Formats: sequence, structure tokens, C-alpha cells
Amino acid sequence: MMPPPSAAVQHDQPLIEIKNLSFRRGSRLIFDDISLTIPRGKITGIMGPSGTGKTTLLKLIGGQLRPDSGEIWMDGQNVHALSRSALFALRQRMGMLFQHGALLTDLSVFENVAFPLREHTRLPESMIRDLVLMKLNAVGLRGARDLQTAELSGGMARRVAFARALALDPSLVMFDEPFTGQDPITLGVLVRLIRDLNAALNLTSMVVSHDVAETLSIADHLYVLADARVIASGTPQEIQAETSPWVRQFMQGSADGPVPFQYPAASLQDDFYLSTSLEHSA
Amino acid sequence: MMRPVLNVLAHLGRAVLDALARMGRWFVFMLALFPALPASLLRPRLIVDQLYQVGVLSLQIILVAGTFVGMVLGLQGYSILATYGSAESLGVVVALSLVRELGPVLTALLFAGRAGSALTAELGLMKSTEQLAGMEMMAVDPLKRVVAPRFWAGVMAMPLLAALFSLVGVLGGFAIGVGLLGVDAGSYWSQIQSQVDFREDIVNGIIKSIVFGVVAVWIALYEGYDCLPTAEGVSRATTRTVVNTSLAVLGLDFIMTALMFNV
Repeated sequence: MMPPPSAAVQHDQPLIEIKNLSFRRGSRLIFDDISLTIPRGKITGIMGPSGTGKTTLLKLIGGQLRPDSGEIWMDGQNVHALSRSALFALRQRMGMLFQHGALLTDLSVFENVAFPLREHTRLPESMIRDLVLMKLNAVGLRGARDLQTAELSGGMARRVAFARALALDPSLVMFDEPFTGQDPITLGVLVRLIRDLNAALNLTSMVVSHDVAETLSIADHLYVLADARVIASGTPQEIQAETSPWVRQFMQGSADGPVPFQYPAASLQDDFYLSTSLEHSA
Repeated sequence: MMRPVLNVLAHLGRAVLDALARMGRWFVFMLALFPALPASLLRPRLIVDQLYQVGVLSLQIILVAGTFVGMVLGLQGYSILATYGSAESLGVVVALSLVRELGPVLTALLFAGRAGSALTAELGLMKSTEQLAGMEMMAVDPLKRVVAPRFWAGVMAMPLLAALFSLVGVLGGFAIGVGLLGVDAGSYWSQIQSQVDFREDIVNGIIKSIVFGVVAVWIALYEGYDCLPTAEGVSRATTRTVVNTSLAVLGLDFIMTALMFNV
């Protein structure tokens, strides 16, 4: 079904290596020469404020976007040098959870999880049924198999999307903002699922998030992105001990700091006509 | 002084550039979809599902509209023909108008409103909810899995719908002409039989509706696939599908009529 990792690949090598990656969208620089590695079998957290291109990073790894310069290697393959068919083969070894699940709305829960199996394998129906129910059981939704996607809550949709991402037994699972907008119980469920399944299935997980507490609680290793660069990396303890003012502001959620409260604007004097001179308005 | 003139010029230039860019993207979409088409013929289940969506669900509006158009043709045709004492030619007037023109054209216009807009909205929503991107990340090509089956279904449904439109139209004309206005039933049918040519009239009508089918689904799928993934973007794309399809169908109809029926 899927190619075994080539013998040349060492198991202590990182699963993903990003080397000197630069990417710009229009005139805006999203990544400026960043390098990072995603170790095998671990959970890596990518944190940063909204708009720093965390989702863009996942799309670059998945080969949906092309970098302006730099390389992304997965398991000894340069993602952006692959042919379309080789890229599709590589993607079968990646699972990606979009922020809102991206479930197919015209299919039931069962058919959503069965979708990758039906598209990529010729397994008999009975085996597809067993596999789908196993994956759904792993996320605790075996009983929800006949629901339509419109009947799912946000948290359940993410769990179904997780089951679907696991359908082809990937080696890498990428989570795009899995915690955003969830109630505390759902948060607890998602955190537990990501941690337990990563260990049980020997996955490599990437969690992109700006939810500090949840990400710190599950990640083995963290990168903090801001202003198109990696500004901090390390274990959760190291990140928490980080002294740079920017990282401290982000971790503590302070309203003012290196990231100013005020969006850049003209001076107060100009905007409110506090000065009496008329030259400014002319 | 020059400011308003320059503004008008700038607007004009931007509109032309936008239109050119759109045509370019439409062409690129066409090139990308082309290689995806043959493979999807091997998965008839997907095409049959879509035939139900674009074909069967359009039957209601097509059949009702066809009947009424036929009935109106019966009324109008009779009142004109009767003044020349040739009311028994009503059948051929109704049948030729439908088979050559009204069947294919009105079916395509109704199809754009009923099925084309639905296709655009569906694809646009799939795009805005990341379903298409999700499919790509599952190593499934959305052009093959989603777009191509819809294309085939639209191209197959259009001639069938147009044929049904013409059929119920002829029956509607019969009901009015023969049932209400007293045209002889035998001459209604025999005139149709002797005056409607299979190659000249029916085949040309079918060719028209196949061309309209290709154009209508192509525009609908392109607009959905290309739309801005927002609520406003989807609604604009849906409007564009109906407007552009209608204009394209009417323009192509004139060209094809001029080429086919050498008047």
C-alpha cells in the first residue's frame, strides 16, 4: 500500500528538515530564511501570533505552495523537486487536519473516513468497514458513524478529521490550529487524543497553534515564529524560561510590549488637531 | 480638468485587464481539466450521481417550461397562420421552432439558472471550507474527483433535457392547437413528419445543445473553482455563472444558426 521508508534513512534522522526557507506572498515576506527540523516520533509545536504564516508553513510542507528559495526534505525526499505523482505518493504518508476539519459535506462520517481508503486502495468493503470503525474508535466516535457532517459539533468534526487523517497510517500528522474555539472539555479530549495517538501509533506530529497552554502541555519541542523568523526554539521548559521580551509578551499574553498595543498611526497631535499650526492640514 | 477623463480611462483599462486575466485563468483551467477528463469516465458511479444532481433535479423546471412554451407557440402560431388560411401547418411551426431554436436555447438558459448556479455554489463552498485543499492533501486530485464527473454529467444532461423540452413543447402545442383551437390532429402530426428533417433540424439541434452543455458546465465549474473563498465571492461567482452562460449561449446560438441553417 505504501512504500517502506528506504533503508538509507536513519531512524535518528529528523522526519522533516526545512533548510533556509524563504517565502513571500505578493510583496510581503512570510518567511525569511528559516531553518527548522521536525524530529521523528515527537510532537513539535509551532507557535506564533495570527498571520505569521503558520498555516502557510504546513502548506509548504505538503507541497501545496512552492517556496521562493530553500528546501524542505521529508524522509530523504526534497518535497518541491518531486514529480506530481511522487508528491501525491508522499502525501499519502502525511495526514493534515485543517482548522475546521475540511470534511466533505456531502458524505457521512463513515464515508469521510473511508474516503482516502476508497481513493487509494482496492480493499474489499468488509475490510474498509473494519478499518474505518477502528479509526473512529480511536477517536471515540465509533457510534457517530452514520451522522452527517452538518450534525457534528466543531470538536467532533476535528476528531472525525483526525480519524480520516489516520486512515492511511501516515507517518506525519499536521494539525492546523486544533484548539481554536473549543470548550474546555473538547480541549482536554483533543490534547489527550493528539498525545496518546502520537505515542500509540508511533506518529510524528506537528501542532500549529497560538493556544499557549495547550501547546506547551503536549509538545516535546517548540518553535516560536514571529516577523518571518524563528525567534525561539526549545523544550517547553526552555521556552518558558526564555527572557527575550517578545517571547515573554507572547507567552503571557500582555497587551503591550514589543508588539505595541497601538497599530502604527499618525501622531496623536496630528490626528486630533492638538497643535494649532495649520501647515499640517494644508 | 484632465482628472475625470483619466479616471474613466483608468477604469476602462482596469476592466479590460481584469477581463483578460479572467479569460487567461479560464483557459488555464481548461488546460488543467482536459487531462483529468478521460480517467473520470472509468468511474461511472460518480458521473451517475452528478447526472441525478444536474439532470434529474432539473426535470421539473424543464418540463413545465417546455409545456408552456409549446402552448404559447400553439396560440401565437395559430393566430398568425389562420389569417393566411394555413392553420394545419401549426405542427411544423411549433416543432421547428422548438427543435431548432427554443429547445436548445431555453434549456441552456434554464440549466444555467438551475444547475449551473448550483454547481458554482457547491464548488465555491467546497473551496471556502477547504474541502478542495483537504482533498489535495489526501493526494486526491479535485479536478479528477470533483470537477470532471460534474463536467461529463452536464454535457450528457443538456441534450437529453433539450430533447425532453422539445417533446413536451410539441405536446403542449398539440393540446392547444388540436384540443382547443380545432386544428386537425392528423395534419398536425403528418406535417411534422414530412417537414422536420432528421439531419437538418434534429441533429443540428442536438449539436447546439451539446455545445451549450459544454459551455454552460465549463463556465459554472470555472467560476466555482476560481471564486474568492468568501460568502461574497461565492455569491458573485454564482451571479457571473448565470450572466456569462446566458450571454455565451445567446451569442453562440446566433453563430451556429448562421452556420447551420444556410438562410
